[in-house]
Amino acid sequence: MSHELGHVVTEWVVLFTEDDPLVLDSGETIAPVEVAFETYGTLNAAASNAVFICHALTGDAHAAGHHGDPERPGWWDVMIGPGKAVDTDRFFVVTPNLLGGCQGTTGPSSVNPATGEPYGLRFPLFTVADLVRVHRRLARHLGIARLAAAMGGSLGGMQVLQWAIDHPDDLHAGIMVCATARLTAQNIAFSAVAREAIMRDEHFHDGDYYAKGERPEVGLTIARMMAHITYLSEESMREKFGRRIQDALTPRFRFGVDFEVESYLAHQGEAFLKRFDANSYLYLTRVMDYFDPFGDLPVAIARLRDVTTRFLVLSFDTDWRFDTAHSRDVVRVLSSAHVAVTSREIASPYGHDSFLLDLPEYLATVAAFLDRVAQEVGGRAS
Amino acid sequence: MRPDLDVVAGLVAAGSRVLDLGCGDGELLAHLIERRGCLGSGIEASGEGFMACVARGVPVQQADIDAGLGDVADGAFDVVVLSQTLQAVRHPARAIAELVRVGSTGIVSFPNFAHWRHRVDLGLRGRMPVSDVIPYPWHETPNIHLCTITDFESLLQALGVRALRRILLDRTGAPDERAARRPNLLAAGAVYVLTA
Repeated sequence: MSHELGHVVTEWVVLFTEDDPLVLDSGETIAPVEVAFETYGTLNAAASNAVFICHALTGDAHAAGHHGDPERPGWWDVMIGPGKAVDTDRFFVVTPNLLGGCQGTTGPSSVNPATGEPYGLRFPLFTVADLVRVHRRLARHLGIARLAAAMGGSLGGMQVLQWAIDHPDDLHAGIMVCATARLTAQNIAFSAVAREAIMRDEHFHDGDYYAKGERPEVGLTIARMMAHITYLSEESMREKFGRRIQDALTPRFRFGVDFEVESYLAHQGEAFLKRFDANSYLYLTRVMDYFDPFGDLPVAIARLRDVTTRFLVLSFDTDWRFDTAHSRDVVRVLSSAHVAVTSREIASPYGHDSFLLDLPEYLATVAAFLDRVAQEVGGRAS
Repeated sequence: MRPDLDVVAGLVAAGSRVLDLGCGDGELLAHLIERRGCLGSGIEASGEGFMACVARGVPVQQADIDAGLGDVADGAFDVVVLSQTLQAVRHPARAIAELVRVGSTGIVSFPNFAHWRHRVDLGLRGRMPVSDVIPYPWHETPNIHLCTITDFESLLQALGVRALRRILLDRTGAPDERAARRPNLLAAGAVYVLTA
């Protein structure tokens, strides 16, 4: 199959209403909850060929295909499409924007019906399990009781793990890429500094910046610039930028942007402002900090014994945000509960960002795993 | 299935929790999982072996068993298999100790370097043995710790590891009862069931 997904569209659905609100782990409720999502491929008659994509911190529902400009495909277009690792000729792919996000799904920038104003920091704190609650409702809305697979990188993989633990019969397979069962103190420290940058911005106004027509842009930019450093490896930064000077051969010897790497980070920060909400950044980093499904290990292992999900756990050798030790911990605990798990560390110079990239060994591993899954669940013949 | 794997499979009780160290393309595990209802998983260093396991749906971790099994709890498995792998590991004694630590029983198979054909190659022809059971020329072999049946049994003794059972193999890997007369001369290989 050489055809492309081509032009795809985002859809919206209200999954929780005043009469049937989303009840969070904390006991708090949110209603309405609207979810933006995209689907690719066709659900088979048995509804057995669905693959659910869980996005990472700053992802969105637009994972593959394009919205009009073929040069600007979705964020996981290397992974998803006809003939690709997640083969849309065989699988029905579902990809929503996360709860708490800002790309069409209800989050802190949505209007709180109780006040008529955006939630801001009055949006309840939620957990990864709460993200999964919304995912499950979307799957049910689409007529899917059991997924062929759920998959995601980073925070996406964390959702997959939580999903398998909380609902042991929901997932035939789960794919976690450069994910973790627990952030380290260093991971939390990076997130903390990012949040401080946002919350100390003079335009933050305790999260109520929407009505004021201004945003904590400086804080959000700094947060993104710093996070972006953790997504790249030292090696890839050296290769990409070295000590080269932006638009000149000799240093200008000044503050402000001079080195190429500075220009790059400034651009990343700038571009991020256009598409992301600072409050969503606070909530979605915080949800990662508190994630600790193996915190009470005996309880976790007891729960895992019911899990029917077959796992694929992948990591990258230059990822230092969630390095292979994180994946190894996941594998160790899953294995000790005799959950079927396949794992490998993939060589890549690109650090944490590798999970988004066109790396043949990585994509071939996912393809082989999902090919087997398709045989097991009866995917559509291609 | 390879005859020696058939012998190993015959030693694994249905429904066992099995770990196969150096599981190659996953043939043994696939058999144990699909036909014998075992909970099986493997560890394999090579990319080709790993991908073959993935294609079969056999759970596998790509790792070097020389790095140790520190992540695996004592007695986590009913059976741990080390099939035609012992001679290629860097620390065979440690591998055997790990085998009986993480498994209630360990199954080890290896080629017998003292088989008479190998003795002919080395003793009479003055050449490094190349045979059905050690098919590589000396400069391409992954086998860095070849041993004889006598050597292996003395290592077990030194480690305090008990052999519950020994099956001698011919050069096709099938059981060879006639080799029992002079195992170290007549058997092309052997399979042992071990316990701590």
